[in-house]
Amino acid sequence: MSNLLTISPSPHAKGKETVSSLMFGVLMALVPAFLFSLYFFGIGALITTLVSVGFCVLFEWLIAKYILKTKPQICDGSAILTGVLLAFNLPSNINPFIVMIGALVAIGVAKMTFGGLGQNLFNPALVGRVFLLISFPQQMTTWPKPIENRLNYLDAVTGATPMSFMKPRPEIDHSALDAIQPVDMLMGAMGGSLGEIAALALIIGGIYMIWRKIITWHIPVSIIATVAIFTSLVWLIDPTMCVNPLYHLLGGGLLLGAIFMATDYVTSPMSDKGKLIYGVGIGLLTVIIRLWGSYPEGMSFAILLMNAVTPLINKKFKPTRFGETKTK
Amino acid sequence: MGGVHPADKKITAAKPITPLAVPQTVAIPCAMHIGAPAEIIVQKGDKVKVGQLIAKATGFVSANIHSSVSGTVKNIGPVADASGYTKQAVFITVEGDEWDESIDRSPDIKRNIDDLKPEDIINKVHEAGIVGMGGATFPTRVKLMVPEGKKADAVLINAVECEPYLTADHRVMLEKGEELMIGTQLLMKAVKCDRAYIGIEQNKPDAIEYLTKLSANYPGITVVPLKLKYPQGSEKHLIKAILGREVPPPPHLPIDVGAVVDNAGTAVAVYEAVMKNKPLFERVVTVTGDSVKNPGNFLVRIGTPISALIEAVGGMPEDTEKLISGGPMMGKAINSLEIPVAKGTSGILMLPKSLAHRGEPAACIRCGKCVDACPMGLEPYLLSKLAKLKRFDDLEANHITDCISCGCCMFACPSNRPILDYMNFGKGKVMAIIRSRKK
Repeated sequence: MSNLLTISPSPHAKGKETVSSLMFGVLMALVPAFLFSLYFFGIGALITTLVSVGFCVLFEWLIAKYILKTKPQICDGSAILTGVLLAFNLPSNINPFIVMIGALVAIGVAKMTFGGLGQNLFNPALVGRVFLLISFPQQMTTWPKPIENRLNYLDAVTGATPMSFMKPRPEIDHSALDAIQPVDMLMGAMGGSLGEIAALALIIGGIYMIWRKIITWHIPVSIIATVAIFTSLVWLIDPTMCVNPLYHLLGGGLLLGAIFMATDYVTSPMSDKGKLIYGVGIGLLTVIIRLWGSYPEGMSFAILLMNAVTPLINKKFKPTRFGETKTK
Repeated sequence: MGGVHPADKKITAAKPITPLAVPQTVAIPCAMHIGAPAEIIVQKGDKVKVGQLIAKATGFVSANIHSSVSGTVKNIGPVADASGYTKQAVFITVEGDEWDESIDRSPDIKRNIDDLKPEDIINKVHEAGIVGMGGATFPTRVKLMVPEGKKADAVLINAVECEPYLTADHRVMLEKGEELMIGTQLLMKAVKCDRAYIGIEQNKPDAIEYLTKLSANYPGITVVPLKLKYPQGSEKHLIKAILGREVPPPPHLPIDVGAVVDNAGTAVAVYEAVMKNKPLFERVVTVTGDSVKNPGNFLVRIGTPISALIEAVGGMPEDTEKLISGGPMMGKAINSLEIPVAKGTSGILMLPKSLAHRGEPAACIRCGKCVDACPMGLEPYLLSKLAKLKRFDDLEANHITDCISCGCCMFACPSNRPILDYMNFGKGKVMAIIRSRKK
């Protein structure tokens, strides 16, 4: 009998979370945003998401099996998640070949070249997106108009997003922004990337992830608070420099970025202090790019820049050691 | 800060303490405590009685060891204990159950502690070989000898029992509440302070209610209900939970923040030693497991082989694939039924196949769950990586020696990484390096 007993060091108990339960938890949290997207963009949202997930999984499998010669880890769900997040950052009427290139860059370049899950320095989906933004600026910045394009895919009628009106430049007609109600932005009835439009759905997803302890509040809250404070300050000082901060908070990829992209485990800091610094950094960079940069949206760049700083943040901002807290 | 919430599975909470029949032979190891092993003072062929001294403490951090049975010393030789190492032990063949005459076996509770001086109490504790019975087995006398220039201002009784499954302390509180209270008074007197707190987690409402009622008659003793969290039973975390003070990093000790912490079972042992003249030769052990037939709490003589305990609960279930001495978070997996119950054996746990094995380790996804879970404010992901690379200077700089091996990091890790294995390896090496530096 005693020969059958297993010996191992403690602990002999294990929590329930696994890599795949966490990844599928994030996917669950993305469901509301996806449903809103299906409602507004219809068939295009479905096709783009399926194409993106399909190619991400395929490339991960091919690279793991034939180039790295390791066991492909498709079941952990991380390639699926990268695919969904990449799709959420694309216009829903984008050509599937462009999506394929994005998936190749995201999985092939940003993830697998670094050694696969856990090793990458930059958020794969965002690397994919930014690569496409630079390579296909035209296709990446024309967004289909919501609702009326439900049954159109590549032939969708395109329109501007609120972000286009938000530059503090005289040639831009800010009055166009008046046509967009913040409540539409909350519900997602505006032009924009596939998954970024419905602020409400993204917030629901974020609350779910915090409740399930998939993420902590630090990163999303610090990003959103920084953007809110920074844009409010500029707006109060000079309203021609900056539109109503509400548009900044609800528009563009801010919420998708703050809740789902910046919180990517692999590329964000470890300690709570580090997460706050990282979040503040993303918030500041986003506003700076949005107000003074040449791109209409700065979220992706801000997150990637802070990804690069993450190892330094991890080195500098350690958790508080027990016994070093000031107590009575 | 930190901590995890394992399922508490206190399936034996309602099972009264049952005395286990005295076995036919016992093997009493002479190193059942932290510090120097005791020196064996009996020889093969000697007759011994229950409670008779058989091994003497050597040095300051050490503890006396007494016979738990009456009979003849059959042999003196090595026995494997829960650590997996062999220790010198006294093997005794049991003949009858004859107790040393000086032990007061009456059921009366003795309450008068007024004539006792602190030194009397400390000496008695030392003579009786009392060590921390929560599992750490640190000699209690050493804790009670408050160093020059330091002052104890509160005694904390650790009745948290935050390890899943274990209920030994819970039953002791319910069945030996008066003794616990008097033992606590003795501890207060020994360290010359006038207040004590009994910290109990809220999953033991009956114990909280009962002891709160009793404490009305014992001025200075307060029962503190605590929120559930592992590892709240860690000395430092209990002090923080009750007094709001953090013990500074090593080499600082609880006494540096004015606290003396003793386990509930230890407090009862102190009462028995001082008031009843009874040395520490038996203890309460929880024998349990999800598929065990009749799990329960037993009063067991030290040195009893674990096989006797397993028999008492209806044998080892068919599906058992792991046998643990202690709880599932910090207990030790054992592979022999001949291992004797020692002073620090709080439980025997039989885990079925589904809980016995670790998951396949996957890549670290840098989720930071180990950092969030670490109750010491360390970075387990980093420390395990540094230990793997044998970068001992970096390990020391990142405070590996603060680690209390509670296992929260591995419990929380979604990738099943053997974080604590690496950290324990690194900690051992770094401690050795620090020791060699002092020489």
